[in-house]
Amino acid sequence: MQKAMIERAKQLLDDGTVKRVIGWKRGEFAYDITPAVFETADELDKDFVFDDFTAANVSKYLVKESSKEGKVLAFLKPCDTYSLNQLTKEHRVDRGNIYVIGIPGGPKLDIEKIKAKGITGITGIRNENYTLKIETIYGEETMPFYEAVLDKCASCKSKKHVTYDELMGEEGDILESNRFDMVEKLENMTSQERYDFWRSELSKCIRCNACRNVCPACTCENCVFDNPKSGIDNKAPADSFEENMFHIIRAFHVAGRCTDCGECSRVCPQHIPLHLLNRKFIKDINSFYGEYQAGADTTSKAPLNEYTTDDCEASIVHERGVE
Amino acid sequence: MLKVSKSKLNELFDAIAAKQTLYLPVDRNDGASEYKKYESGMTMSKALNTVRSAKDFFFPQTENLVDFKMEGKNIEVIDVRKESEDFVIFGVRACDARSFTILDKVFLSDPVDSFYKNRRDHGTVVTMACTRPAETCFCKTFGIDPTVPEGDCACFDDGENIFFLAHNDKGQKFVDSISSLLEEGDARKLADVQEQARAVMERLPLAKLSTENFGGDKLNEYFNSDKWAGLSESCLGCGTCTFVCPTCQCYDIKDFNTGKGIKRYRCWDSCMYSDFTKMAHGNPRLTQLERFRQRFMHKLVYFPANNNGEFGCVGCGRCLSKCPISMNIVKVMKALEDK
Repeated sequence: MQKAMIERAKQLLDDGTVKRVIGWKRGEFAYDITPAVFETADELDKDFVFDDFTAANVSKYLVKESSKEGKVLAFLKPCDTYSLNQLTKEHRVDRGNIYVIGIPGGPKLDIEKIKAKGITGITGIRNENYTLKIETIYGEETMPFYEAVLDKCASCKSKKHVTYDELMGEEGDILESNRFDMVEKLENMTSQERYDFWRSELSKCIRCNACRNVCPACTCENCVFDNPKSGIDNKAPADSFEENMFHIIRAFHVAGRCTDCGECSRVCPQHIPLHLLNRKFIKDINSFYGEYQAGADTTSKAPLNEYTTDDCEASIVHERGVE
Repeated sequence: MLKVSKSKLNELFDAIAAKQTLYLPVDRNDGASEYKKYESGMTMSKALNTVRSAKDFFFPQTENLVDFKMEGKNIEVIDVRKESEDFVIFGVRACDARSFTILDKVFLSDPVDSFYKNRRDHGTVVTMACTRPAETCFCKTFGIDPTVPEGDCACFDDGENIFFLAHNDKGQKFVDSISSLLEEGDARKLADVQEQARAVMERLPLAKLSTENFGGDKLNEYFNSDKWAGLSESCLGCGTCTFVCPTCQCYDIKDFNTGKGIKRYRCWDSCMYSDFTKMAHGNPRLTQLERFRQRFMHKLVYFPANNNGEFGCVGCGRCLSKCPISMNIVKVMKALEDK
């Protein structure tokens, strides 16, 4: 697949369809991939990579890249296309300035899950019939492929590309996913148990803002939390409660716009399952207003932006809060 | 050399914790490890790196500096400093141990930072030699020997025993305080373990990484390099690298209005943030390129320029593991060198 992608990118650069290509660049090791823009065939040959570790969603970079002169070619996995659609709907990208090639999705791998097995000194990783053969300076290790899959891929919602100009590989379907299982588990806890769960998770936060900065739904020019004039800027928490509030406020702000791409949890250096906050909102929106998938299209009105007479009453909050 | 059998480690930890607060790296259920206040029965993590480095003990993410109480036109200034309790950080790795030397150069040079000094004076750093370095380790690049870590007292694991070597008076005092649990041991096996670890160090993927092309005299050569644009291109502008870094030491000072007065506090800041260096007239670092460049120039050029050639990195590898886009100091060094 990687070879075919490079060849197609070269053609599109060569015939002038696009000026730049956004994809992923090889790193020092087998797994440390960096999103990157390529402008020449040489650069593509040298560094372009598409493998089990190219999990990063490059859609958000298109806010900047599509504002530049000339078209940009973007290789998007199914989940990434939902993000692009949502950005198109919000007028944050110039869709006409992007040439999208839909490429197959994951499951992609999480190097942290491999390292959590105590495997270290990693010099190479091969996937042989869904067994990972991991070369290390201490000898070869093996582990089942599916034990190293990223959480966001383990609960994949769709293998279908919702926007593209051309497809490579076969098109997939929207999946019956298990993505709300953990949300349900949290809902079934007592309020004290749930509170303890989130306090324990969110207290790990170091407030690095990686979740916000990677989030394709967070494209404000200047976030309120960074703006000294907002009155609520906070670079550091006065106590651990503020940390909770940051994440909860952010989840509210992206409610109805979050496509559930899972990047927030993927990049969290402290492994906080932030996507569960977003999924709770998605699940509630589905049950209150009918099924809605942000990013599935570019024209429908979001439930939280539209008033209808069948909308649930605000008292639902109280009714549901009773244990 | 004095030692304790590993089967008696918890007795040892209990004895230390009976006299002063003990912090230990422990495994979390998500596969990461972090320093926790010791409670009886806790097991020390075998992990190389905690997510947050040990710098937190001396330079916490937030701390109050001074309070102002306001009544009418009177302002009362309240000094909130308190004498730190005595504490021991056990199991610090060689990279983090060296980071204290770097932080000392910043906080203990004139004018001395009394908040930092207070904690340094009361804290004892007990290090643990590495036997199983990771592919992301490159402490050797900065002249660190992870098989003989610095710190007040170093520990060595030969598989069955932990050996103790005091490096200074504070370390000796620590060893004396637990001497009833220690016995004289044969360190021959330990020498083999160290030899093996050194051999592994030579085979690490980053073993050849060198600082020879960096230092205080490289300012003009690198500042205007055309490599920065590509290197910083996909930087998210988050603070992960700076906050997990054991040597990043920049902070912001802010006032919090309590309604009855002001709490002035400081908190970690990141040169990667858009409001870092923001002043009344605006921000001199307009784009992520300048912010990104600052972080690496600081570690590889400015810091050595001002500190007799010492670099502002210890090769712990945290930024290699944690950066959301896997951009890091190793990639920057290699790119800048590649002319």
